[in-house]
Amino acid sequence: MDNILSIVLVIPAIAALILAVFLRGEDAAAQRNAKMVALFATTITFLVSIGVYTGFDPENTGFQMVEERAWLMGLKYKVGVDGISVLFVLLTTFIMPLTILASWNVTDRVKDYMIAFLMLETLMLGVFMALDLVLFYLFFEAGLIPMFLIIGIWGGKERIYASFKFFLYTFLGSVLMLVAMVAMYAEAQTTDIAALMGHQFSSESFSVLGVYIVGGMQTLMFLAFFASFAVKMPMWPVHTWLPDAHVQAPTAGSVVLAAILLKMGGYGFLRFSLPMFPVGSEVMTPLVLWMSAIAVVYTSLVALVQEDMKKLIAYSSVAHMGFVTMGIFAANQQGVDGAIFQMLSHGFISAALFLCVGVIYDRMHTRDIEAYGGLVNRMPAYALVFMLFTMANVGLPGTSGFIGEFLTLMGAFQVNTWVTAVAASGVIFSAAYALWLYRRVVFGDLIKESLKSIRDMNSRERLIFAPLIVMTLLLGVYPSLVTDIIGPSTTALISNYDTALAAAEAATQHASN
Amino acid sequence: METTILFAPLVGAILCGFGWKFIGEKAAMWTATGLLFLACILSWIIFFTFDGVTQQIPVMRFIESGSLSTEWAIRLDRLTAIMLIVVTTVSALVHLYSFGYMDHDPAFREGESYKPRFFAYLSFFTFSMLALVTSDNLVQMFFGWEGVGVASYLLIGFYYRKPSANAAAIKAFVVNRVGDFGFALGIFALFFLVDSINFSDVFVSGPKLAETQLSFLWGEWSAIEVICVLLFIGAMGKSAQLILHTWLPDAMEGPTPVSALIHAATMVTAGVFLVCRMSPLMEFAPNATAFITFLGAATAFFAATIGLVQTDIKRVIAYSTCSQLGYMFVAAGVGMYSAAMFHLLTHAFFKALLFLGAGSVIHAMHHEQDMMNYGGLRKKIPYTYWGMMFGTLAITGVGIPLTGIGFAGFLSKDAIIESAWAGGTGFAFWSLVIAAAFTAFYSWRLIFLTFFGEARGNKHTHDHAHESPMTMLVPLGVLSLGAIFAGMLWYGAFFGHADKVGKFYGIPVAEASEHGEGHDADTHAAHVADGTAEEHHDTAEGDAHAEDATHADDAHGDSKTGDAAHGGDHHYVFAGEPGQGAIYIAPDNHVLDDAHASPKWVKVSPFVAMALGFLLAYLFYIVNPSLPGRLAENQRPLYLFLLNKWYFDEIYDAIFVRPTLALGRFLWRRGDGNTIDGFLNGVAMGVVPFFTRLAGKAQSGYIFTYAFYMVLGIAALVTWMSIGGGAH
Repeated sequence: MDNILSIVLVIPAIAALILAVFLRGEDAAAQRNAKMVALFATTITFLVSIGVYTGFDPENTGFQMVEERAWLMGLKYKVGVDGISVLFVLLTTFIMPLTILASWNVTDRVKDYMIAFLMLETLMLGVFMALDLVLFYLFFEAGLIPMFLIIGIWGGKERIYASFKFFLYTFLGSVLMLVAMVAMYAEAQTTDIAALMGHQFSSESFSVLGVYIVGGMQTLMFLAFFASFAVKMPMWPVHTWLPDAHVQAPTAGSVVLAAILLKMGGYGFLRFSLPMFPVGSEVMTPLVLWMSAIAVVYTSLVALVQEDMKKLIAYSSVAHMGFVTMGIFAANQQGVDGAIFQMLSHGFISAALFLCVGVIYDRMHTRDIEAYGGLVNRMPAYALVFMLFTMANVGLPGTSGFIGEFLTLMGAFQVNTWVTAVAASGVIFSAAYALWLYRRVVFGDLIKESLKSIRDMNSRERLIFAPLIVMTLLLGVYPSLVTDIIGPSTTALISNYDTALAAAEAATQHASN
Repeated sequence: METTILFAPLVGAILCGFGWKFIGEKAAMWTATGLLFLACILSWIIFFTFDGVTQQIPVMRFIESGSLSTEWAIRLDRLTAIMLIVVTTVSALVHLYSFGYMDHDPAFREGESYKPRFFAYLSFFTFSMLALVTSDNLVQMFFGWEGVGVASYLLIGFYYRKPSANAAAIKAFVVNRVGDFGFALGIFALFFLVDSINFSDVFVSGPKLAETQLSFLWGEWSAIEVICVLLFIGAMGKSAQLILHTWLPDAMEGPTPVSALIHAATMVTAGVFLVCRMSPLMEFAPNATAFITFLGAATAFFAATIGLVQTDIKRVIAYSTCSQLGYMFVAAGVGMYSAAMFHLLTHAFFKALLFLGAGSVIHAMHHEQDMMNYGGLRKKIPYTYWGMMFGTLAITGVGIPLTGIGFAGFLSKDAIIESAWAGGTGFAFWSLVIAAAFTAFYSWRLIFLTFFGEARGNKHTHDHAHESPMTMLVPLGVLSLGAIFAGMLWYGAFFGHADKVGKFYGIPVAEASEHGEGHDADTHAAHVADGTAEEHHDTAEGDAHAEDATHADDAHGDSKTGDAAHGGDHHYVFAGEPGQGAIYIAPDNHVLDDAHASPKWVKVSPFVAMALGFLLAYLFYIVNPSLPGRLAENQRPLYLFLLNKWYFDEIYDAIFVRPTLALGRFLWRRGDGNTIDGFLNGVAMGVVPFFTRLAGKAQSGYIFTYAFYMVLGIAALVTWMSIGGGAH
């Protein structure tokens, strides 16, 4: 199938369209139909996307399954995947059916809800597939809208504040990226991502308004993209939208946000920043590494004192993303492999943790840690699942959480031992906050009257967790499943990066001679 | 066979943990136990048939990234073989013991099913521990390392309704993580410099690393010293050495079989195992090993002082464990890895015996753990009494001085003390001797308070004190055999002459006779080749011969100083290269010979210390039982200082726990709240309220509907593009 990527891309959109056009009414039957359609569509999307996986050749480090069509006004539609993006496509299609299942109890505007999620899936897939700058930007920005709606309509009490905070943060970041994109087009005369990766942007240092800018245009462009990706990651100190967004978002919204949307920042660094602005990246590397290390420790400390379960997990997400940026900007094989691994692994683990919160939120309608305690007495299956993912979250070897942290730290050590030591101390804090949370919620005697009749997970909930458990353990003991696929592309990325830096170096020396 | 040993406990854990609902509790527990006994029998077969040749058995691929290539694999050499028998034997016995001990646990309600969970955790622990000791690279070792940490966490917190158990579980995990932090950095440093973390590559890199500088944090350091110290920090956490020891006493919150298995015999010795495993690096890091010696000696002394005054029977034994681990580290630190492993082995038997004995006492006394409420139990629980007695005779080191006859601890502890004299500082030696006196005192104190004198405490409990069932007594019996005979059986292999030790560990030895010439060593070249098995050996063989000759020369030169001692003996010296055999002993490491040649007073000193400790305990608790109370009154500050464990917990709480939480709160409220949000909101101040007002209208659905159409528009666009198809 030549156009398998487009097929994967449009299935959810078509389903959304069908729902929007044909589904009428708000009665139980209509609601059920909406859910079934969404579940069906996302499942089919996942099944088709397996074809992307099987058809992918890891040894080929270029873009594969590429499709290119002319579009409006000289712009073009071009999609394709390489070793860096293909697994994100799969992560997305894998997570989405689970989020639909997790939303089975939604009763408010079900049709719209399902449309929003289906659209979101298409847009997120588009981000990972797009091979054209404009197309990428469209998907990247448009993805904000359904998420904004999901938080704003189906969110908690403070949903309006949270949704606007989310929207503004991410949108303001992207505006700068747009400016840089225009500048890139002006210089390279193309919007084709593959071509841009081959283009060497000017890296001659210059002064603007008395500020000497090392790396020149590359540094400026890097910073513009950085503004957008750093917010998306999110990196310290622009992370504060995330806890609010998570707390207010419905469970499925949090799952998508943590599992997939957060990965766009990291993906962006790998797709744009390192390959297109190597000099700029190198100039800014110390800053990014330190921001990452600070993020890990800072947010872990903040997580320690949270009283809201979702907020705690949200802060822990920021800490884990700190490992990702650290690995990426270590710019070596272990670092980048680890960063990608960490993103995928976090996709499963954070999704599961938010689902864990969702399970008890559905029953008790509160996220206060205080309100719980002793759940193990009545919910042994839940306790087991939550324990597994708590351990995965603290990076226990044998779970996927370990591999990413281990590799990113290993990569970073080769570059900066201080950053590594600071970030590695995060493993101590993560153990503290995660286990303390678990203890307060699950362990202890069941004393609270309100919890005395709480039920353990039902079969639908078990069904949601099962695939996540399998993936977390499988990747933990056999990480080659991932590293075999990303490895060659990472190697190519690193070697291009090093070559470009060497070339720029040579050029500078030549100029100064 | 090795693979079966490794995975049998895992299968047991899964079958027991998840399968008990289908096959029933009893069947599940017997399955787990049966598999453990299978692993145990196979381990003994391996231990006795092992020929010293290192084998590597690959299982599956693991982390691969660029030049980093690791596998799940089993490395079988003498160190592994020793650990296999220690782990599987104690674990199998503890499984069996738990049938009795965990029956009708009052912490659980009627009808609650907790036993399969307990057995599953025990088996899971055993699997992790086996993964640790059989690992062929550092990352698999780290897997086992943290795996046992989790098992320990789960088992310490097994009584999950008890807040103190939960707190202790978290404390154990977090404190261990501090150690793991160091361990992980050590692994990263090794990979950075050696480009591999497989043992075969790491071991041969010692000489190179010794000459490498590593810029780490604020300075330039000798690479090997940094790596060894970092790895040792990991060992400190797991083995509860000073500074990172605070979790071990609290870990006694777990059920007693757990204390015996994890917190005495196996997991806590992982640190010692790590240092011994890394001997090819440690031998090149004189400062790091000096630090290990110092800290081990300090811990041995420190923990023993606390053990003197504790009244909880399990805590006494816990501090004793801490102290004995210090002994092992001293041995490893001075370069007598073999003596460290010897004590590790004997300690596993007698300490597990003491813990299981204590468990039997606790079982008899309806979960009373305070020794002040015991007394006169000798007649009530005679088998337990004799078990504890053998354990105490072993730990205190009873034997006939200057002969090889004695209980297990007599031989292994004396080996360490002699090594400390030969290779360590005066501080290390005297700390250990004094600690030996303390050990004797608190061990006998435990026996006297528990089994002798008048019955104290609740009369009803004493009246109903009963001997434990056979499932609990059989393990005591088996371990007693170990506590009595293990030392005498294996003294030669662990601490005999170099040729014996070399043969045991597969280390090549060369003969250096009194007036030998360099080429004498050549005649023993065959010997050398036999004992080694690393795959790269073939190519290195030629070199090895030449090296042997020079080493023999060295030894010859040095041996002049110790002539009197070795008289006309055949004198062998270790002649292995790093990576040959299970441990590496550098050519200039003469601790073994020097220890054998130590003066008589040194060899007798631990016995004298032991005797003093015993007499004092006898005086305090049999002859004049009012003495301890009076002494505590007289020396109140000292007594409180010891009773409160040198105030480590309080100090840590004040300087680590509270400030960390305060900092977290500060960063959250001030950092995130005021500064970041304050700043960014300030920028967007005009914008947010504006949008929020707009959003008021959004409630009516106006804006959201609008946004919806935008989304749908994009959807349509994409659809049109891909289906309707553009050009091309």
